[in-house]
Amino acid sequence: MYAALWQVLPGPWWVRLLIVLILLVAVLYGLFFYAFPWISEMVNPQEVTVE
Amino acid sequence: MAGVLGELLITAGVLTLLYVGWQLWIGDLIFGVQRNAVGQDLSEQWEQEYAAPSSTAPPTATPSESPSAEAASPPVEPVIMPEAADGETFAVMRIPRFGADYAWQIAGGVTRARTLDPIGIGHYPGTPMPGDVGNFAVAAHRTTWGAPFNRIAELHVNDAIVVETEEGWYTYRFRTLEYVTPSEVEVLLPVPQVEGAPAGSRYITLTSCSPMYSMTERIVAYGVFESFTPRTSAPPAALTEGVPA
Repeated sequence: MYAALWQVLPGPWWVRLLIVLILLVAVLYGLFFYAFPWISEMVNPQEVTVE
Repeated sequence: MAGVLGELLITAGVLTLLYVGWQLWIGDLIFGVQRNAVGQDLSEQWEQEYAAPSSTAPPTATPSESPSAEAASPPVEPVIMPEAADGETFAVMRIPRFGADYAWQIAGGVTRARTLDPIGIGHYPGTPMPGDVGNFAVAAHRTTWGAPFNRIAELHVNDAIVVETEEGWYTYRFRTLEYVTPSEVEVLLPVPQVEGAPAGSRYITLTSCSPMYSMTERIVAYGVFESFTPRTSAPPAALTEGVPA
């Protein structure tokens, strides 16, 4: 899967590496700012009961 | 084919670990920055709202009374706001010990779904509003969701806890910490932990979870009311003087 992605990418190895790093940053940004907060809301919150 | 399956499983594992790392550290950093910025915006908005319509009236009204009375600063009777609705933001909490940019919103209610998770600090319904006689009690996360009360255990005696509303600044001074079981609701009484005592003084009570990343106990921080600073004055010295080491 990841090997196939590497084959699809154009250019010499360092261009491919650059593309992979940019993709990685984009994926992490999407996860940290959108996906994970959304999942966090979905996870049934344990109500902090005091009474 | 087995190689692809293996890669998918590894990916799933990495994503799960990333989520855990986000929940414990990275998410708090992101939420913290975002929510403090929202609180600061709200504070600036109140400042501008006040400055805009009444910029002409107060300066002429106050000096006529007596210029020296301003310096002596007689205690101003605090404005008591009506209790906020569930999930309705009515104040911003400022604690210089936690940083000059610490500005978390306070909203009505203490449910996770409507106040503690999406907004920050929640006001226990039925307890007095800031500045009122009795116990202004609030709750917030100590970890996760930006962790407004993350550093609650680092408070020093006499540290300022300032509740800013559109009316002004309610300055409280931190007194002591207490650790209790979750069932000990007496911390919310008008005089904390004293059953049947008539409300006389003005307290603030901050509750959060303890130990960190656990819900087995509660950490409680108590403070006493010091002064109310209306919008007509400059922000209280408690906010500008900095914190002693």
